Amino acid sequence: MTAHRTIHQWFRRRQLGTGLGLAVVFAVTAGAAALTQFDLAEGFAAFPKALGWMGANFVPDARAWANLPKILSRLGETVVVSVMAATTAALVSFVLAILGSKTTRFHPAATVVVRALASVGRNIPVVAWAMIFLLAFGQTFLTGFLALFIESLGFLTRSYLETIDEAASAPVEALRAAGTPWAPVAAHAVVPSVLPGLASWMLFMLETNIRSATLVGLLTGTGIGFLFDLYYKSLNYPSAALTTLAIVVVVLILEAVSGFLRKVIL
Amino acid sequence: MKAPGLPPKPWTAPSVALTLLFLVLGAVTMAGFLLLDTRGVDVAGAFAKTGRDLVTLFLRPAAEHFTVLEALQGVALTLGLGLLTTVFGAVPALLGGLLAARNLGPAWLSASLRGFVSLIRAVPTVLWVLIFAVGAGLGSVAAVVGMTFHSFGYLLKAYSEAFEEVDHGTIEALRASGASWSAVIAQAVLPGATPALVSWTFLRFEINFTTAVAMGAAAGAGGIGFDLFMAAGYYFNLREVGTIAWLILIVAVGLEYGATRLHQASRAPGRKP
Repeated sequence: MTAHRTIHQWFRRRQLGTGLGLAVVFAVTAGAAALTQFDLAEGFAAFPKALGWMGANFVPDARAWANLPKILSRLGETVVVSVMAATTAALVSFVLAILGSKTTRFHPAATVVVRALASVGRNIPVVAWAMIFLLAFGQTFLTGFLALFIESLGFLTRSYLETIDEAASAPVEALRAAGTPWAPVAAHAVVPSVLPGLASWMLFMLETNIRSATLVGLLTGTGIGFLFDLYYKSLNYPSAALTTLAIVVVVLILEAVSGFLRKVIL
Repeated sequence: MKAPGLPPKPWTAPSVALTLLFLVLGAVTMAGFLLLDTRGVDVAGAFAKTGRDLVTLFLRPAAEHFTVLEALQGVALTLGLGLLTTVFGAVPALLGGLLAARNLGPAWLSASLRGFVSLIRAVPTVLWVLIFAVGAGLGSVAAVVGMTFHSFGYLLKAYSEAFEEVDHGTIEALRASGASWSAVIAQAVLPGATPALVSWTFLRFEINFTTAVAMGAAAGAGGIGFDLFMAAGYYFNLREVGTIAWLILIVAVGLEYGATRLHQASRAPGRKP
């Protein structure tokens, strides 16, 4: 009987815990809704209306298809800038992570400095970096590139540090026990075992960058974001729709390619 | 540095793929630097200016067009927007995630749901917000609806994968003893996946805070993002940008800390890309 009662108590406590958790989430959500003055009913009503509008107006027409070469060229520029940011950030992050990792043990101070730099890079939103670089670099591809680069650098450095910290410690320990200095340990034991993981994170960053690049372009007047903004503000919705469609196709292709590569590499 | 007497490493599929990947990305990067138009920007001068700007920004923050209290209200509004859209996205994603988990439902349903949400996620959030803004003739509500839509797509995928990692034996045991679908969900799947669900949801909250900043700056959603846009793009006031950057940085670092702790508590293996 006691066991029976105990299991009832256990279930009861679990239910109570779940109920309490849900109540807290509900209260906080209600608070947030009040703060942002969001009307739930209006939001729900808006949703089907927006979808209906999309179906009727947000469809590429013949005039929009004529803009396709321009859209593709801008989109190409955005893809190239995203690749540049991910690749250069991966290279720099790799060096930083090797210096900052606990596995390679280059210098304890390096770990702190590298982690702090990476944290500032990724925790200041890419839009803020874009606005800052815009002041000096103007409406050029460099503004978007640098904003994406800093954001990628912050994110990749952290991921690379984690990957390298988790990396095979047996070969590292063996080399170190034989009195090998940090550089050959890094080159022969650490790098070969982490390279696929690092490449996989770089692909992830590339996917993220293409999505962020649209936003950055919108704000700084470059790339595909600029073109979307142009069509959107001149109420040329069919062309804006085609721009969106082109972005979707590129993102899906990229996801498929990087998914395939990840399967081969890892 | 090659060790003497060892044969060269054989070419395998992974090493070929890896080499090709690095070559292609390296080539595209070089071509980009060589071919893209810098429109005559004095690059060295611009870097020097950015360096000076960053020093002013981080070391001499100030508030002129807004008070610190107003900036804090802006942060609260942005946090509220992030929270609201996370919760609104999480509720339907939970139901959808159950249907899309391969171990719980039919394969065709899983495949079509996942295809649908990858389509949603392929459209950048800012475009969803702008589309909803004209489509429904709304101002700030569009940001909530657009961000919710994207959060739904992200969380459905994450949740369904969390459900798939629930111990198969527990589910089988319940099924074998005649438990209904809902009983299996309520007694095995949900309790087993809860730490992972909480971790993913908080991670999305962290992302949504950043997105809410962006929507304030680029899509009229208000909050600290709008203050940022005004300070950097309208008043060109670096010291104000500094105040805003510091506030956002502090909140974001706090959220990231929370997300990391929850992730460790969920005892899930490292988040792989």
